[in-house]
Amino acid sequence: MRLSLFITCYNDALFPQTGKAVVRVLERLGHTVEFRPAQTCCGQMHWNTGYLRESLPILRHFVHVFADAETIVVPSSSCVAMMRDHYTKAAQMDNDPALAREVELLLPRVFEFSELLVRRLRVEDVGARFTHKVAYHPSCHSARSLHLDEIPLHLLRRVRGLDLVPLANSQECCGFGGTFAIKNADVSSAMLADKVRCVLNSGTEVLTAVDNSCLMHIHGSLHRQRTHVRAVHLAEILACSEDESALAADQHFTFASSELPR
Amino acid sequence: MKRETQPGQQNQHWNRRDFPEAARQALAAQPAADSPFEHSQTRRNVRHATDVIQAKRNAVTAELHEWQALRRAGAAIRAHTLEHLDHYLLEFEANYTRRGGRVHWASDAAEARRLVLEILAPHAPREVIKVKTMTSEEIGLNACLEDHGIRPIETDLAELIVQLGHDRPSHFVAPALHISRGQVRDLFARAMRQPNLTDSPDDLVAAARGYLRQKFLTTPVAISGANFLLADTGGVCIVESEGNGRMCLTLPDVLISIVGIEKVLPRFQDLEVFLQTLPRSATGERMNPYNSIWSGTPTGDGPREFHVILLDNGRSPILADEESRQTLRCIRCAACLNACPVYHQTGGHAYESVYAGPIGAILTPQLHSMHAAQSLPYASSLCGACYEVCPVEINIPEVLIHLRSQVVQQQQSTLTGSLGLWNLAMQSAAFLMRDSHRLPAAVHLAQRLQSALVSRNGFIEWLPGPLSGWTKTRDLPALPAESFRDWWQRTRSANSPSSPGAHPNPESSTEQRHD
Repeated sequence: MRLSLFITCYNDALFPQTGKAVVRVLERLGHTVEFRPAQTCCGQMHWNTGYLRESLPILRHFVHVFADAETIVVPSSSCVAMMRDHYTKAAQMDNDPALAREVELLLPRVFEFSELLVRRLRVEDVGARFTHKVAYHPSCHSARSLHLDEIPLHLLRRVRGLDLVPLANSQECCGFGGTFAIKNADVSSAMLADKVRCVLNSGTEVLTAVDNSCLMHIHGSLHRQRTHVRAVHLAEILACSEDESALAADQHFTFASSELPR
Repeated sequence: MKRETQPGQQNQHWNRRDFPEAARQALAAQPAADSPFEHSQTRRNVRHATDVIQAKRNAVTAELHEWQALRRAGAAIRAHTLEHLDHYLLEFEANYTRRGGRVHWASDAAEARRLVLEILAPHAPREVIKVKTMTSEEIGLNACLEDHGIRPIETDLAELIVQLGHDRPSHFVAPALHISRGQVRDLFARAMRQPNLTDSPDDLVAAARGYLRQKFLTTPVAISGANFLLADTGGVCIVESEGNGRMCLTLPDVLISIVGIEKVLPRFQDLEVFLQTLPRSATGERMNPYNSIWSGTPTGDGPREFHVILLDNGRSPILADEESRQTLRCIRCAACLNACPVYHQTGGHAYESVYAGPIGAILTPQLHSMHAAQSLPYASSLCGACYEVCPVEINIPEVLIHLRSQVVQQQQSTLTGSLGLWNLAMQSAAFLMRDSHRLPAAVHLAQRLQSALVSRNGFIEWLPGPLSGWTKTRDLPALPAESFRDWWQRTRSANSPSSPGAHPNPESSTEQRHD
């Protein structure tokens, strides 16, 4: 299948490893990955902060860039949620029936990465090997908007050597919430403290999720407190395979020290 | 005594704290002992209480296989009612009046207070007993009564605790949820002059019962709210757990119910849905212990005067807004408070509002036509837990975003707002993000400029201005030297199936329309 990668703006700049991992997994499964360099952002930050008018040209740009893409894969559930929950309303708000029509045609072809693997490509075992304790944080958008439910867990359970440990109160928000983390920094930090306590109590070595935004937030505290728990996007775990015992030299983990992959 | 603010009154001077500041103070109220994870007493109380209610709620909703259908039915009934609110309110008035009650219409808090005083005047009571009512809080009735020499006595146990402690409710189903049992003991021991009181639940309840029973038997006027008005029967419905409501509805001579105009249901039969969803959502009970429905004044039984004050107080403008009309579906179960991770941390007082939690964050600013409480729509991480539990499917995150956009538009309409840091930052970001050349260029620039901020460990540990809110408790990863798109360009673009020119560049069409 020909898959078009929407890397998302923050993954592009901050977490290129995640994009490389997505490419690696999909190509290993025999698919063709394309990357459209004209892409920018889905408009979520502006929309969720109340800058609806400002987000319109951004999402319009997204729709135009991917209008003729066969299937679009996005390693970020909150960006997919932005599209599914708000793009139709945005097009209506802009009084643009043509855009509304394009959105309607585009949305069924947009998939979050783990959702693409399990629901669209019908794969659970991607041939990965990762010999660490891993806890899974179901990010709010993945759980309550995309309803990914057990999908990421199905994928993790098929990873050789992976020891999946339970995370208490896993459904509770980590406190990121985009600009919420800045506008309400104290509450956000208090929510984060609760989440970090659950992560540390789980005894895990690695925390994973399908959103680097939440992982960046949680790891921000784990790192500040000099703990050794790593935060790794699900795609990066799935990219570690039997025959490639370590990732290539230019592909060290987003948040991990170099000794982690084994 | 005069109060400085009259809650709920329109055009009042709103000098309350913004949510971030109020939340900061709530979080720091009792400094944590030695661990960054240690909660203060109040936070522990709130967390424990909401966890207990939430667990019960989850258990009794999971056991109903038709729970989602009940939510949909509840949402549909409430939405239908709001579409035809004028019709059902007049139907209620006609039927309630026909049975001997009196309906009064109050457009705002001041009118509602005046109506209550007028009804009370011929009876000249020194005290009135009250069943927990949020509309009374909303119109600042207790302060008004005290100003006129009438002592209001709250009869709901938790409201009594709050009243005796000169405190404010922190939760509209469990108003004293932030107070522990030991703190209640100390309060009762002092207020009821029982120094030897223990903190066993039996003793505390017995003390409250002794205090309240005498009030029930001697006070001639009661003031209540209502959970539902029934248009087809002219009935008023209150559900409660303690029996104090039943006492207030039956023993006094005069009963005044202050009810928001949105509380009407078309038919008695509609209770079939809400008497299932409300108790399960509110207290995790399958049914409320006391379900009272009254209509009219039968001779020799119950109060001789029944008054219903229908309160608008900012509701009509909400009804007029198609986007946020769903706010008025609310049946005040407070499930969204118990599910909210923000509320868990701050409790209710930080909302500086009669209605706390997620529903308060959307209701309060709208009741003031968005001229007050503008920080409340931002008091949410948009995690969606509130929407998930709402028994009438109010999409609170959607309404929050809608209200945020109104706040932004108001700010942009003023010079200081449009030149404010947030607006400039968001405008700049939008300028970069809508263009396929500007964004990568900005990333390249940031990669070069960040070095002054990056520590030796490769993380950013300090940021200036509003961004310091992040680095106070969190490190931020530095931008890697090579973005994904640059990596792709370097390693793939030559033989990639989709090199930059392989698909039409949409720049021209997009930018023409919006620049």
